[in-house]
Amino acid sequence: MDADAFAAEIETHRGYLMRVATLQLRDRAAAEDAVQDTLVAALAGRAGFTGRSSVKTWLTGILKHKIVDAIRRRQREPVPEASLGDETDLDDFEPLFDETGHWEAMPAHWSDPEAALSRRQFFDVLEFCLDKLPANTGRVFMMREVMELESDEICKELRITSNNLWVILYRARMALRLCLDKHWFGAPEARPVAP
Amino acid sequence: MNPISRYLAERLACRDVTRLISQLQERPPTLSERLKLHFHLAACEACAGFDRQVAFVREAMRRYRT
Repeated sequence: MDADAFAAEIETHRGYLMRVATLQLRDRAAAEDAVQDTLVAALAGRAGFTGRSSVKTWLTGILKHKIVDAIRRRQREPVPEASLGDETDLDDFEPLFDETGHWEAMPAHWSDPEAALSRRQFFDVLEFCLDKLPANTGRVFMMREVMELESDEICKELRITSNNLWVILYRARMALRLCLDKHWFGAPEARPVAP
Repeated sequence: MNPISRYLAERLACRDVTRLISQLQERPPTLSERLKLHFHLAACEACAGFDRQVAFVREAMRRYRT
């Protein structure tokens, strides 16, 4: 691939990178900077692309470093305890269980989830659901599942305990599960447990 | 169900099982956790469904980023 074709190929991923960076940083200007830096670094480091992974995966890897840099710069203004406080609370999901900790509303059956993964629209719904997560919950979930940072790296970067992290990720998974249920798998409400 | 399986199945409430399932996406289980989870999921269709949904969300995120 010549330099122009490579630049054009990279450019096609700008939208995806921008969505990931925005979900992660929750700040449009910071996201634009991170994506711009990523594309510049990708062009400069074209030789580093071996073709062993897809261009998208390679770019996501570069973006990950730019986002970690942005988070580090932001560390001088740490995550306000108050905003994180709400998101390390499990109360929202307590209604799913009765007082003895058993299911009140059983998880709905998802038919043919494999098929969803081959539909483009599914990923639009997934993005919609990611975007609806509370800000810090979304950031932490993206760090774990898109940036693929290890748990202890995330705790260190955000200065949270591993217990906080588990709670936040649990909240994210619960919320995503319910959102996908509602907006994709089509169950309007979780079904009641059969007696 | 034999008494040992029942004991293991009933040791954890579903709410705690869902928290454990999520945590185990981040770290390996201890032997005791693995056993309790195994017996609980064998006996509890709701938690088994939750377990499949969590695995699906992880797979969906893997596809999303690649």
